[in-house]
Amino acid sequence: MAIPARRRVADVAAFAFATTATVFGLVWLAWILWTTLRQGAAALTPSLFSQMTPPPGATGGLINAFYGSAVMILLGLVIGTPIGVAAGTYLAEHGRYTRLAAIVSFVNDILLSAPSIVVGLFVYELVVRTAGHFSGYAGALSLAMILLPIVVRTTEESLRLIPDQMREAGFALGLPRWRVTRQILYKAALSAILTGILLGVARIAGETAPLLFTALNNQFWSSSLNGPLANVPVVIFQYAMSPYDEWHTLAWAGAFVLTAFVLILNILVRLLARKGNQP
Amino acid sequence: MNATAADPAELASSPRKSGAGADRAFQLITAGAAWLVLLLLGGVAVSMAWGGRLAFKTFGWHFVTGKDWDVVGGKFGAFVPIYGTLVTSAIALMIAVPVSIGIALFLTDIAPRWTRGPIAIAIELLAAIPSIIYGMWGLFVFAPFMAAHVEPWLSGHFGNKPLIGPLFSGPPIGIGMLTAGIVLGIMVIPFISSVAREVFSAVPAPLKESAVALGSTRWEILSRVTLPYTRSAVIGAIFLGLGRALGETMAVTFVLGNAHDLSASLLMPSNSIAAAIANEFTEADTDLYRSSLIALGFLLFVVTFVVLTIAKLMLLRLNRQLGRTH
Amino acid sequence: MTDSTTALRITPAERTSAPTSTKVAIDIRDLDFYYGKGHALKDVSMAIPANSVTAIIGPSGCGKSTLLRTINRIFELYPEQYAAGSITIDGRNVLDRRYPLSDLRRLVGMVFQKPTPFPSSIRSNVAFALSYYERLSKSEINDRVEDALRQAALWDEVKDKLNHSALGLSGGQQQRLCIARTIAVRPEILLLDEATSALDPISTAKVEELIDELRERFTIVIVTHNMQQAARVSQRTAFFHLGELIEFGSTSEIFTNPHEQKTRDYITGRYG
Repeated sequence: MAIPARRRVADVAAFAFATTATVFGLVWLAWILWTTLRQGAAALTPSLFSQMTPPPGATGGLINAFYGSAVMILLGLVIGTPIGVAAGTYLAEHGRYTRLAAIVSFVNDILLSAPSIVVGLFVYELVVRTAGHFSGYAGALSLAMILLPIVVRTTEESLRLIPDQMREAGFALGLPRWRVTRQILYKAALSAILTGILLGVARIAGETAPLLFTALNNQFWSSSLNGPLANVPVVIFQYAMSPYDEWHTLAWAGAFVLTAFVLILNILVRLLARKGNQP
Repeated sequence: MNATAADPAELASSPRKSGAGADRAFQLITAGAAWLVLLLLGGVAVSMAWGGRLAFKTFGWHFVTGKDWDVVGGKFGAFVPIYGTLVTSAIALMIAVPVSIGIALFLTDIAPRWTRGPIAIAIELLAAIPSIIYGMWGLFVFAPFMAAHVEPWLSGHFGNKPLIGPLFSGPPIGIGMLTAGIVLGIMVIPFISSVAREVFSAVPAPLKESAVALGSTRWEILSRVTLPYTRSAVIGAIFLGLGRALGETMAVTFVLGNAHDLSASLLMPSNSIAAAIANEFTEADTDLYRSSLIALGFLLFVVTFVVLTIAKLMLLRLNRQLGRTH
Repeated sequence: MTDSTTALRITPAERTSAPTSTKVAIDIRDLDFYYGKGHALKDVSMAIPANSVTAIIGPSGCGKSTLLRTINRIFELYPEQYAAGSITIDGRNVLDRRYPLSDLRRLVGMVFQKPTPFPSSIRSNVAFALSYYERLSKSEINDRVEDALRQAALWDEVKDKLNHSALGLSGGQQQRLCIARTIAVRPEILLLDEATSALDPISTAKVEELIDELRERFTIVIVTHNMQQAARVSQRTAFFHLGELIEFGSTSEIFTNPHEQKTRDYITGRYG
């Protein structure tokens, strides 16, 4: 029995629409990546990694920005990861049937998607205003606040994936909960939690807004976290919005390095996840 | 008799005694961390409200409706940023929603199996690209493109039509609400499509199979089985995308223009809450100025909180439908 | 009411032909169990003898696993489940809140239906709880590991790869590893909850052989839906139906000449 023409047309239209939509999405991706590659690669020079951010109109490098970003990301990791893993453990284990856990899980998911600029404002009010100056510490703190919900969600989900029988086997041996969690569950969930943390790093590496009023930026080399600290995203922002061509070039170089870093991390994570699924 | 059983003396001296103490400490630490998450949310809300209190006290309700943004005269109104935020987000959703559903349909139904993984990853990469990169691309490549090719066409063809004419009038400068809305839309696509994809494939096979057995076409299965079944989740995904669009800062800052004049035309620059804060906060030199910006942040926070709560509730509804317990 | 109701009131000791001088390892009295509002075990009383294998049989949902999980109180992990009554082991009621869980689980070991090796080496799996309960030197631990693996009839197969991951073992080997892990801490009682259901016939046979050897040192309670296994392996059998203990006697008697109609119906395959 042949399908009436009207229905067939609708079906073909749906097919065409879905395919077009996918191509549409992929085209934008390709355009953005191609632009970044072309502009950025042209701006790549060895001095990028050896010189510091220059004054207006001059050429230079981004080494102080790379350093500042690296330090703040690392510090943000150090602050955010233990708290995130602990909270995620509560949601999946100790607090599994409690109302607190349900509320925290809900709130956490909202924090996950909340505007990062609001986080920046919060840390500004909390730290920068009280200290009286911008600082790398404040920047790291805001990055930690953005990383936190990601780690909480990943830890909770990874732990929940472990079948209850594994827990029961541990408890049946008489082990206390902290041992069951630490020696059995964390080990079983390790690769999943690590991939989540890596994805979190990829996310905070690219965050600009929260750093705008916390770490701000610093034209010079600074190894002290107690003052404004150069960082890649804010440098890109300032340089791109400026009228100077040399600064634009440097901004593209920074954009290229940042994008490459984030993409490589993402691909690495997927490879790790695939390997983890194969016993 | 069981000769190998442990004797009581051994049991008493075992290290188990510390087990109870360590367990309680572990419990406290994890519960404390969970409370911290709650406190952070509360802290953000409170500090935003506190920081904005001067502005709210000075302007009252007029803060929300005021169109002025007079730095010198100290008169601030949130209407233009709010308007810009809403318009760009609306444009973003108009683009992202159909595209995302199309992508989800493609990936769950049309694409050959071996391509699904790579294509899905590619779409996810759209989300991984930092928003500042979108901003740079938007400013240096896309906005000029819009100014050169799209906007003249739009203002030429629609600029003088009744009703929609004012939407498309004005010089083609590239920077403006339309450009920002499009960039925002592309950014939001992966968020909506990944949720849509997940729920489309969660539709129980028997439902789809019986529709196929009845001779339904692909479109009919989508519109009569899949979409109704996943309706709550898709709405939730849309709200999720909206939440992201409302709060997006860097991409919009680059291509929206930071203008404080209200204009009806989509081709004109405007401002969004996040962009205004990002552009002006470090230059705010008076308490009132700063407080107004923080008050803007508070408004943004409240709105996104509501939107994201709705999103989560909608998504939870599908989970319950599918019988997932959490 | 019918015969079976009055039969339930007869205590196990009166109804069975087992010698009453056998030591009772687990004395269950008036046990009730609830899943939220569901009444899963109804007024169960039975005395499980030491150093023998007791099988618990019955159709799905009759409460056999629940009974096992009450003995080592593993149900306490879940908020809506609770038990009332008493279970006496070594003169103490283990259901009493004040009885420490770690003491109980030292005394009573459990092996589950699905093999659950921990994500670490074979040696580490077997020694897992050892270092928690006792202060032992490294060589003592190795001795205990070997001892447990020998008792679990796994030593010969793994002695050269003790440091390899336990996840690399076959299903049957993993289950025997779980048994070794459980007996390494030297409990008195072993609870096996459908421990061979997920295994192939050869591994099942190996585990059944093991059960027979182990009963010299342990009191073993097995739950099984496989009646032939119960007949092969146990000395005493208890038949449960919808949460009630219908009949409890010597295995030969239950399978050749049961007293209760319900038992007879189940044995002859009238219902599953």
